[in-house]
Amino acid sequence: MAPPTSPRADLGPPAPRDAGDDAAGLGRGRAAAFVAPALVLIAVFLVFPALWTLYLGTTDYRLTGIAASDPKFVGADNYGDVLGDGDFHRSLWLTLQFVVGSAVLGQTVLGFAIAWVMRDRRGLLRRLVEGLVLLAWILPGSVIAFLWIALLDRDGGTLNALLGTPGTAWLLDHPMACIVVFNIWRGTAFSMMLYGAAIGNVPPSHLETARLAGASTWQTLRDAVLPRIRGHVLTSLLLVSLWTFNDFTPFLITAGGPDGRSEIMSVYVYRTALGDGRLGFGAAISLIMILINLVIALLYLRALRDRSRKAAVA
Amino acid sequence: MADITIRGLTKVYPGGVRALDALDLDVAEGEFFALLGPSGCGKTTLLRTIAGLETATDGTIRLAGSDVTRLPPGRRDVGMVFQDYALFPHINVLDNIAYPLRVKRAARADRYRRAKDAAGLLGLLGLDGRRPAELSGGQQQRVALARALVAEPRIFLLDEPLSNLDARLRLEARTQLKRLQLHLGVTTVFVTHDQAEALALADRIAVMEAGRIRQLGTPVEVFRRPANLFVAAFIGSTPMNLLPGTVRDASVTVAGARLPVPDDVRGEIPDGTDVVCGVRPEYLDFSEVPADPAGGAFGGTVSVIEHLGGSSLVTLDGEGGPVRVVVAEGSEPEPGTEGWAVPRPGRVLLYRDGELVTAAAPAMAPTIKDGGQG
Amino acid sequence: MNETVREVLRRIGLATFVSAVLGFFSLPLLWLAFAPFDADPGISASLPEFTLHNFQLLMDNPYALASLRNSVLLAVGTAALVVTAAALAAYALSRVRVPGRDALLYVLLLLSSIITGTAAMVPIFLLAFNLHLVDSRLGVILVLTGGLLPAAIFLLKDFTDATPTSYEEAARVFGASPLQILRHVVVPVIRPGLATVTVWTVAQVWGDFLMPFLLLRDPDKAPASVIMYTFYTEGGQPDLPLISTFSLLYSLPVVLMYLFVSRRYGFRFHGGIKR
Repeated sequence: MAPPTSPRADLGPPAPRDAGDDAAGLGRGRAAAFVAPALVLIAVFLVFPALWTLYLGTTDYRLTGIAASDPKFVGADNYGDVLGDGDFHRSLWLTLQFVVGSAVLGQTVLGFAIAWVMRDRRGLLRRLVEGLVLLAWILPGSVIAFLWIALLDRDGGTLNALLGTPGTAWLLDHPMACIVVFNIWRGTAFSMMLYGAAIGNVPPSHLETARLAGASTWQTLRDAVLPRIRGHVLTSLLLVSLWTFNDFTPFLITAGGPDGRSEIMSVYVYRTALGDGRLGFGAAISLIMILINLVIALLYLRALRDRSRKAAVA
Repeated sequence: MADITIRGLTKVYPGGVRALDALDLDVAEGEFFALLGPSGCGKTTLLRTIAGLETATDGTIRLAGSDVTRLPPGRRDVGMVFQDYALFPHINVLDNIAYPLRVKRAARADRYRRAKDAAGLLGLLGLDGRRPAELSGGQQQRVALARALVAEPRIFLLDEPLSNLDARLRLEARTQLKRLQLHLGVTTVFVTHDQAEALALADRIAVMEAGRIRQLGTPVEVFRRPANLFVAAFIGSTPMNLLPGTVRDASVTVAGARLPVPDDVRGEIPDGTDVVCGVRPEYLDFSEVPADPAGGAFGGTVSVIEHLGGSSLVTLDGEGGPVRVVVAEGSEPEPGTEGWAVPRPGRVLLYRDGELVTAAAPAMAPTIKDGGQG
Repeated sequence: MNETVREVLRRIGLATFVSAVLGFFSLPLLWLAFAPFDADPGISASLPEFTLHNFQLLMDNPYALASLRNSVLLAVGTAALVVTAAALAAYALSRVRVPGRDALLYVLLLLSSIITGTAAMVPIFLLAFNLHLVDSRLGVILVLTGGLLPAAIFLLKDFTDATPTSYEEAARVFGASPLQILRHVVVPVIRPGLATVTVWTVAQVWGDFLMPFLLLRDPDKAPASVIMYTFYTEGGQPDLPLISTFSLLYSLPVVLMYLFVSRRYGFRFHGGIKR
């Protein structure tokens, strides 16, 4: 597919041909017409909802009743209610556990460990491990969720059968632990592939130097591998955190229960806004979530920039 | 076929880079014309502006007398070969060659017949069904040529047509290109940064620097009498000896030698003028005995001998710096011996303020006519 | 001696770790592999008493196949919209100098990663409600398109940037009009990019639960991801033969697509083919 180009001999400083000067002769008008549909769709279905949240969060909008047809302006009341809501505090705390436990610790550590162990293996075992980990990642969330419900079922679940603990209601007794482990299982593939690629980029000479010096595995990791992949660790942590924070799949397993003991933020906003019908209140939570997303995304962009700057220096 | 007339052509890129600067140029019908210069001199921009891929900021371009300056590229009736050939990777050789006819809505049968003719002309028969990625570099280049000529354009534009070929193939392709142009007789403008390529192929050459033409002439003129120090340094596979000197009493004191001022410019240069004396290594004769002092010769110690194949390049370290001489194969001196370099008559050029000093009378008309220094 | 002991321990440790990983990742999947073919599937994974009868049950269920068809409609509709709009925009942004285009693209990408369906479910639901797009497949398609477009444009622009402009210039010199250039040259040349984005979009939509769950009411319109949770027996228990068979059928296209992509293009890893 690659065109037959060898390095161009004539690439002087003015570099006229790379000026991007409308190679197909589209013209400004046609170019604008090309960009317009995408921009309109994004504006209406992505940007507008976010901006609208600002307004909705200041009303007493409800799904049904009088406030559904004629919402009133209530100022910052919703925000005050949200921030004072005990359920919100609990949800925030559970979300933190969920993100830190499953994404930051679980997926990252397990993904890295698998990538490290598999780094110079070839053949069936590697394909089997990677295939299974990837399968967990690519299967539809609904299917995965049901598989875990089946696995953890109190009466006939595979886990109880295996552990010889019939009657243990994992989902009722340890709902948070269940969705944390579930999400580790579901998302480790990303970290595994990312760190696999990063480890593959560590020059073999560095690893061999460490081995010749008689370094232990830990020393090799610390001295030869981690310095090379440090940039990837931070960016992937932020990315995985962002995804995990917005994950709705746990709803399919525990629906936030029992008694809200696994009601992470995404489930909490669904329950209050669409379950209880308090749309204004839900919009206030939406805005808070978008702001949290924004903070993570900005940190991510900053980490990316630092990484490329370091790469430019090195 | 058509001639090209360019007047006051200027191209300024956004950001203020002036790639072409009020450029005038005439290319005759059927001429094989080279645009030569270093990277960033504006030669490619000039070619692309003739093609219509860049719009001129100012000035006019006429093809066969009609103004095409504002015409889109497709309506200028030109054929072009790109440096990377730009063969469409998803269609086969024959469809690539036939593409210009497809755009011009030629009937299918006619299209393929003419594409086959063009393929035959370039020795591509039997490769019809292949994809560009399955061809060698030389074959790709010929497909690009066939595609450019299939619609019988009035003008042929070639952007570094040989630069992506390896050295051996390049010579072969060069000969083939010249043969093709002779056969078709179509006006051809080609861009190159390789002076040897320009000298070998072109009927005339425009040597460019910083958006201007520094010299316009036949290969012989450009090689023998570079109009300025820029061209003198740029042209020639062995660089010209350029030695600073001073004129006194109808002779030049240069590098410890006294050379007579050439006949045609005697009296043009006042005494005491600083000049640069230029003489090609090919136009110097090596002598192991002290040469006739009246004729002038550069003396020095033989320091380096570089074999060029049929001849050798000998470097003499003398008073005014190194002087290079081309010596026939088999008559190279021993390093460390003394030697003299004797200019052949009429081959010494004098440059004042960077420009060739020429006779006031238009004795050397062809060279001077289009000196082109804007 | 000590060294050998350490080496043995290391090997045992490694083997334990690999077995644990294999066990952990395969355990939940076993049920999906066995239950669909089991004459009397329980909730625990066990070697089946082989049968294909469950697939017959699936065929007889009025919602099962319809929901798969709905999933296809949503995925194909969204992919068509995303790829068309993104290709046009990416091409124009790649080839025509627009001031601030890179900044625009980054802002859009940033927005698409922070305004997720989860975070913005309230305004999205209300928007669809006010535009009379609730309980409409078009509504789901439009909302999903808005969210996927920025990343799709980004991917395709990267791809277009990497193809030399001389293809288009050559076509132009030979007299092709801008639209001919697009049809004859640009689309075929960037086809692998279009395929990648298509597969990526289909995978995203196929697995999505939240948007159809939020915006569709009528079970006749529900896609597979949602309909699975309505498969209960009269006794109120999950209809295991149906769910297991359906899960398998519903998962298959994703796995096939993944295999296709990884074989055809090598599994490239730009920000994840799946999020």
